[in-house]
Amino acid sequence: MDIKILGANCTKCEQLKANTIKAVQELGLGIEVEKVVDLDKIVSYGVMTIPALVIDEKVVSVGKVLTVEKVKEFIGKER
Amino acid sequence: MDWKQEWKKLLLIAAVFLVAYFLPVGSARFQNAVLESFHLVRWYAREHVLLCLIPAFFIAGAIAVFINQAAVMKYLGGQAKKVVAYGVASVSGSVLAVCSCTVLPLFSGIYRMGAGLGPAVAFLYAGPAVNILAIILTARILGLELGIARAIGAVVFSIVIGVMMQLIFRKEEGERQKIQMAMPDTDEGRPLWQNGLYFASLAGILIFANWGKPMHDHGLWNAIYQSKWLITAVFAVGLGAMLVSWFKLRWWKILIAAIPVILFAILLPEQPVFAFSAGVLALSLVLVFGKGEGAEWFNSSWDFARQILPLLLFGVMVAGLLLGRVGQEGLIPSSWIDRAVGGNSLLSNFFASFAGAFMYFATLTEVPILQGLIGNGMGKGPALALLLAGPALSLPNMLVIRSVMGTKKTVVFVGLVIVMATISGYLFGLFFS
Repeated sequence: MDIKILGANCTKCEQLKANTIKAVQELGLGIEVEKVVDLDKIVSYGVMTIPALVIDEKVVSVGKVLTVEKVKEFIGKER
Repeated sequence: MDWKQEWKKLLLIAAVFLVAYFLPVGSARFQNAVLESFHLVRWYAREHVLLCLIPAFFIAGAIAVFINQAAVMKYLGGQAKKVVAYGVASVSGSVLAVCSCTVLPLFSGIYRMGAGLGPAVAFLYAGPAVNILAIILTARILGLELGIARAIGAVVFSIVIGVMMQLIFRKEEGERQKIQMAMPDTDEGRPLWQNGLYFASLAGILIFANWGKPMHDHGLWNAIYQSKWLITAVFAVGLGAMLVSWFKLRWWKILIAAIPVILFAILLPEQPVFAFSAGVLALSLVLVFGKGEGAEWFNSSWDFARQILPLLLFGVMVAGLLLGRVGQEGLIPSSWIDRAVGGNSLLSNFFASFAGAFMYFATLTEVPILQGLIGNGMGKGPALALLLAGPALSLPNMLVIRSVMGTKKTVVFVGLVIVMATISGYLFGLFFS
């Protein structure tokens, strides 16, 4: 499984990344959460409002800071 | 020790040392400037934070949570009609963007997969000027005239600049990527009229709590001024009723929240600030310990406050240090400012827009800085020119824009912004001086 956070230079993006890392740890997945900061790349996912959560190259959430629980839910759905 | 990393810190410490070594303590101008800085901070804290900024944060938070952003972005998509796209792009900054970190992804999105270069540029230019916090603070501190001129000027010129960019680069259209826009998922919201009333109650509280004393002691404006707290209270009661019936907050919580407000209003009628603060505090507590939409509303308001207040405090301190309060001098002599941007000549308008375009203003800090400049003799025309060119552009964000649309387009865009800001500042100065 591959998890990315899209977003640069904003506090919300940092929050989402922290929550996602926590969710990954709690699920015991042991994978890296990658942060994409390049605007070109972000737009190539079709995302215009950051932060966004991408699981296995699929955009699952846009423009929101998800709670740890919510992230777990999304990960569970994509698994 | 990794000196490739450490040298930056060394440089920083050396710079701080040099500043400390040559600190002009004892010079009258410097000491006066420090005092001015503190005076200005206190003035902002007393006059603008409780009644104006805090309600404004609640409004900005409500916009971020309750306005259906996907509905707005639909009109900026690839299939959208051009005329509509320009119109929406020029005003949508008020609901889509509050800080520059959200403007840039939206801009590159509209350019790459949405309505194209023109609307993207229109959005980029108008966004920072029409965002709700900027309008409120500009109107409050720099005067209603300049606040309205800033909003209208930004909207009109964003369309002009967008259309011109489209015309200049019409051959290069069509390289747009065919990607599906990922829309923010929004839950089915309230009907429009409910949202409308809700925002009206918030706006009513903000407007009437800040109603200024008119010049004459009679007439409609004075009548409103005399009963401004009564009107504000009516809006607040309306808000409370809406929170109970539409936002599913418990009625007894709202009732308990109202008790301290009413007590303060009865016991300290001469100090309405107490009742108002009690209301804000009580509302915050109810929202925080509630669940669902109310909590979301408070979280997003808090998010804005947390990001913007430290920047604004810093901006006010710097503005006070460099420029002083209105009618006072800071570190920079008034005569310099008068020479550079005084009056309303084309040159001073050009200088203001050129300097504004390259300078970086953190969200909202353009307001205290401009206030200082105006207090030191800057003309109204150049002030508008700086407001129109400044927040939309800065050297760092030019670099990002360049990475999105290339050097040539960026240069043309920056040129257009400077020229348009100069002209509109000049015209504004002619009519309102």
